[in-house]
Amino acid sequence: MKVGVVTFPGTLDDRDAARAATYAGTTAISLWHNDADLKGVDAVILPGGFSYGDYLRCGAISRFAPVMEKIIDAANGGMPLLGICNGFQVLCEAHLLPGALTRNHELHFLCRDQKLEITNNQTTWTSSYKVGQEIVIPLKNGEGSFQCDDATLAALEGEGRIIARYVGENPNGSRNKIAGITNERGNVVGLMPHPEHAIDPLTGPTADGLGFFTSVLIAMVK
Amino acid sequence: MAKIVVDVMLKPEILDPQGVAVSAALPRLGFTFAKSVRQGKRFEIEIDGDPTPAQLAEVEKAAEKLLANPVIETFTVRVEK
Repeated sequence: MKVGVVTFPGTLDDRDAARAATYAGTTAISLWHNDADLKGVDAVILPGGFSYGDYLRCGAISRFAPVMEKIIDAANGGMPLLGICNGFQVLCEAHLLPGALTRNHELHFLCRDQKLEITNNQTTWTSSYKVGQEIVIPLKNGEGSFQCDDATLAALEGEGRIIARYVGENPNGSRNKIAGITNERGNVVGLMPHPEHAIDPLTGPTADGLGFFTSVLIAMVK
Repeated sequence: MAKIVVDVMLKPEILDPQGVAVSAALPRLGFTFAKSVRQGKRFEIEIDGDPTPAQLAEVEKAAEKLLANPVIETFTVRVEK
């Protein structure tokens, strides 16, 4: 099974995302932002970083990259798509997920290990977890505060589309401590913290993040 | 040559931490006039000649699609000579 990892100018975490996909038993394929070609991949990861220098708004320029047109079409057709950090911002800008990520409420860039609670394990990317399971993975961003209007928040809550919440103090002012959400179909997931940095205790705080990458493999094999 | 100005502001209900920080800095410098501060973005777009209604409609479309994110922001388009 082939998982594409997109590199935009300014992407940072593409190599770790590819490594995580490889650890999980899938084959990582590099995708370039300027190619309108998905190279036959079965799923795509939009990794973290500062694509296009975060100019205009985080993810606002990347969202119109040639590769994104293909990805948006494929995701609307059911292809699994995970956006991590900057990738989550791109998914919101592309309207594949509702809401927007705004400046952390205390303006600080945060970089630390963060405890999360998995709140939905019915998505393509979270089936390896149990609902209520607590995981620790790195959080590192300046604009991670999830915002949306009241109607959208009620819909996300009512439909169980919040896949992870921050445990303990709200680090960035996200509404309802939202760390990640999914679309109605469950194939598109956006997550602010970084599971790809926590796949092996040798190089990360835990191996808790690996489940995102094994989940998609399980989903594709089924 | 005319200048089209697009002002983009966060919606009132969206927290603006930058505006809050500026608002907190003002009284430290002795400026006590501000009840609150909101920070936004301004785009200046130069075009040849006076803008036609069709061009302004295009700018509106571009503002909605790219310059602003309607989920969290509002925008205004005006012409400055």
